[in-house]
Amino acid sequence: MKTKLAFAALALSMSVVFAGCSSDKEKETADTSANAQTAGSEASVDDKLKDVLEQYRQFSIEQSDQLIVETEKFAEAVKGGDLEAARALYAPTRMYYERIEPIAEALGNFDPDIDAREGDVDDAQWRGFHRIEKGLWVDNKTAGTEEFADRLLSDVKSLRALMETVKVDIPMLTTGAVELLNEVSSSKVTGEEELYSRTDLYDFVANVEGAKKIYELLKPELAAQDADLEKNIGEKFTALEGLLAKYKSGEGYVAFTELKEEDTRALSQALDALAEPLSQMGKAIGV
Amino acid sequence: MTKPTDKVKENRESSSGKTNISRRDLLKMAGIGGAGLLLGGAGIGALMKSKDGGSVFASSSPADGYHEAIPFYGDHQAGVTTPAQDFVVFASFDLTAASVDEVRKLFQDWTAASAIMAQGGMIGDDNDNLNVPPSDTGEAAGLQPSKTTLTFGVGPSFFDSRYGLADRKPAELAELPSFGGDALRPEWVGGDIGVQACANDMQVAFRAIRNLARIARGKATLRWTQEGFQRTSGSDPQGGTARNLMGFKDGTGNPDVNDAAKMNEVVWTQSGDGPSWMAGGSYMVVRRIRIRVEVWDRSTLGDQEATFGRHRASGAPLSGKDEFDKIDLERKDEKGKPAIPMNAHIRVAREDNVQILRRSYSYSSGLDTRTGQLDAGLLFIAYNRNVAKQFIPMQRRLAQSDALNEYIEHNGSALFACFPGVKEGGYIGDTLF
Repeated sequence: MKTKLAFAALALSMSVVFAGCSSDKEKETADTSANAQTAGSEASVDDKLKDVLEQYRQFSIEQSDQLIVETEKFAEAVKGGDLEAARALYAPTRMYYERIEPIAEALGNFDPDIDAREGDVDDAQWRGFHRIEKGLWVDNKTAGTEEFADRLLSDVKSLRALMETVKVDIPMLTTGAVELLNEVSSSKVTGEEELYSRTDLYDFVANVEGAKKIYELLKPELAAQDADLEKNIGEKFTALEGLLAKYKSGEGYVAFTELKEEDTRALSQALDALAEPLSQMGKAIGV
Repeated sequence: MTKPTDKVKENRESSSGKTNISRRDLLKMAGIGGAGLLLGGAGIGALMKSKDGGSVFASSSPADGYHEAIPFYGDHQAGVTTPAQDFVVFASFDLTAASVDEVRKLFQDWTAASAIMAQGGMIGDDNDNLNVPPSDTGEAAGLQPSKTTLTFGVGPSFFDSRYGLADRKPAELAELPSFGGDALRPEWVGGDIGVQACANDMQVAFRAIRNLARIARGKATLRWTQEGFQRTSGSDPQGGTARNLMGFKDGTGNPDVNDAAKMNEVVWTQSGDGPSWMAGGSYMVVRRIRIRVEVWDRSTLGDQEATFGRHRASGAPLSGKDEFDKIDLERKDEKGKPAIPMNAHIRVAREDNVQILRRSYSYSSGLDTRTGQLDAGLLFIAYNRNVAKQFIPMQRRLAQSDALNEYIEHNGSALFACFPGVKEGGYIGDTLF
């Protein structure tokens, strides 16, 4: 959560603007940001890669659409008292959120509302996925979590509405891809994300998929600017995906508790091996 | 950041094949080699009398080069005969590189970064673009080079089937045998690559390993690390032999690093010793030796001195009065017993007069969570020309009969073949691959 807030602040300073802002206002936001010194080149990179930005916008909207659909099913199971169904839907539903987390975080206060873990916020304020997770796995019942299911659904719908207005720029993508992996590094690979359901690997995979989407969209430009880096990142994605595939179980993934220390260490090192070159993407494409 | 200055250049010119000895280093070695041989040509300050009548050099910190740069390039790697700086960060890496070309690239990148860090410079040219991660991690920005040395070696596993280098593995680079009393823990054993980073500033030393690990991402991962320290020069301006955490002077018996012939005999691998790529290199032994601090502290001074074979206060052998008195193994005490007990550390260590160059540091790594006791001890680092003829027989003997064994536990171990020095334009390991 701490890193999330830092990213949100950074992203906001980098010209996340909402419908209704005039183009002059947009420009002002960029110029007064901490990135004023590179504002010129930023604009040109954004211009050059405007198709990439549009494709990413579509991707994040698709993911948030799907998040609503799946959250509706999840909320239904919770409110219908079907514990098994609710547990089964919990982790797969979250993946739609985890893939676009940096964007969601850039849109204000959604992340704490949707994704706060116990202790991240005051108990009185605590809601979202993890509040329901605790009910399903600690209290072993759906009763008591119904209101949180309703709130969650309304929160993801509000998120979706704001998605429409988000203006994504290239630094946001290059930083966001790394941020997704940092999320894994700081909580998922240590099993601190899903304390009760132990479904950390679902989040892990979704964060990696979200980062990969950004890489794939930037790949042609990256290949043109720094072919070695593009190849290196691709290889490291393959290596990490290969490791993650070992933990597949049916449609999903094994519980985090089944991983041994050497497993998490190998995953963490493969993640670092990917995240370091990934963090050079921005430099290569000239942000 | 500090650019190479005239002083640095002068060091570089004078350093090919020779060790630069600063004023303070002279102080340290005065005892080791005898002060007399050091007086000629060194251009150092006046002698003065110490309280106990022995001759020592006057100390004055600004002139002693404490923070200066030690050139990375040279005939031999720096950090071996370089008098021990105040701090070490040792790091063992495992390779994950897909090909030998990638390994070479890693060593080339490490070479460039190491040469810059030795001069106190910043790595890379992306340290001011707000939109990308800085190329240098930054914690040494504005700091002096602080005698940073980076010493690289490769372990036995470097030559397994992965990179096609098996036929170039020196016979001497076998895994160390297990010694009696070894209690090795997998988390502190082995590694494909060993790097000893030393500096007179802990932050500077840490920064070096951190940046090497960062550069290695995707090609090598850290396997284990250990930080070490000794008393700093500020605390001991006269530069006497450092004490280990048992309270005893450690390193008194080291060979004189200023004696080039001796170094060729004891430390540097000679052409004809083994594969030609190792000529001018050395074998680095690393042992993480925990001291059972709590047990040691409740032993009597008499027992402690009998264990080492030296007096704690002076460092003198029990057969003599001054630290550098010759160790007389034959001498008997008034009861007719050997003055230096038969199982005393110094007797067992030098029984057949084999020498190695020790460059050890103390370590403290918090608590052993199982017992709540201190995890502290000695990060033993030693260089020798032929590990089978020097370190191994010595350690075998110590493991069998050293009285110290009651108070220590070897829980980490690694052996690395350290390359000869890197020439400017070359790279670490370029004699090998």
